[in-house]
Amino acid sequence: MERHVLVIFPHPDDEAFGVAGTILSHTQNGTPVTYVCLTLGEMGRNMGRPLIANRETLPDIRKKELEEACRLLGIEDLRRFGMRDKTIEFTDSELLINRMKEVIDDVDPSLIITFYPGYAVHPDHDATAAAVIQAVQRMTPETRPTVHALAFSEGCEDILGEPDIIHDVSAHADQKMKVIEAHESQTAGVLQTMKQRFMENDETMKERMNTERFWTYPIDNKNE
Amino acid sequence: MKPIDQKLVQQTIDELAGKELYVHLETTNGAYATHKNQGFFSVGTFLRNARIKYVQGKITGPGPYRIGLELEGGWAYAEGLTDWEVDDQNQVLFAGHDPDGKLAIAFQLSEKPFRK
Repeated sequence: MERHVLVIFPHPDDEAFGVAGTILSHTQNGTPVTYVCLTLGEMGRNMGRPLIANRETLPDIRKKELEEACRLLGIEDLRRFGMRDKTIEFTDSELLINRMKEVIDDVDPSLIITFYPGYAVHPDHDATAAAVIQAVQRMTPETRPTVHALAFSEGCEDILGEPDIIHDVSAHADQKMKVIEAHESQTAGVLQTMKQRFMENDETMKERMNTERFWTYPIDNKNE
Repeated sequence: MKPIDQKLVQQTIDELAGKELYVHLETTNGAYATHKNQGFFSVGTFLRNARIKYVQGKITGPGPYRIGLELEGGWAYAEGLTDWEVDDQNQVLFAGHDPDGKLAIAFQLSEKPFRK
């Protein structure tokens, strides 16, 4: 059992699809989970179906969705960094690494869950994860938390190999669907199809809902 | 937002001419476009809270619409606009939504800066 889990992602809903079941397994175990969410996904293209948002109202709507998702996940400690969607890779890296380091020092997690830098498709994902890894790298080896990283770029398994952490989260599938549903402005368009495919026992969709896969990030010791 | 009413938009464009404005101009095909289709050449841009002042401007097209604003020393242009709204902050928001309702372009003008 983990002491404290720290989840770090750039966008509300990044925690929904590939991680919600894992988060639920921790919170239902009584393990505290802190979620650092860097932006409010201000630049999202999905505006709800029917349209419920515009470019200026989207952040407030997504903030409420994020808070509801956290409630459903049993996350009591949500920390928003107040950054803007799409800008993470252009921000001052040292400042970002330091902010990550401060949170890690404060939370003292035994496990961090984030993206796998370089294999997470969206530039915000890669830049967020890179800052997390840098912050962990700078810790003395015996104080470092384990990092479970999420990769999904095309062909990532050819390079990284199979993920070493495979969680069966089927016990949490219903609640996970509610978390996905909570991000209504972003997921309304795909939700119907997802639900239907899940109900019809579509293998790919069942696998996606019931199994969450991570790579333990190899923290590099050569800089010591 | 609601579908663009060309006449009302033209009135609004005329009213804002000559004023010091903040502009948000953005196009996007989504950060996952190339992930979903490896051959897709992904482009996008955004500019937020740049200041502009235009001499005159027009909305044209059968819908989706185009807006062109003639600045003192240049131009601002957007195409593919479908919906608009003047919000409670008096910000004038234009957007182009694709057939799936996804935002593809945003063109926004305001006398006060947009939130960073």
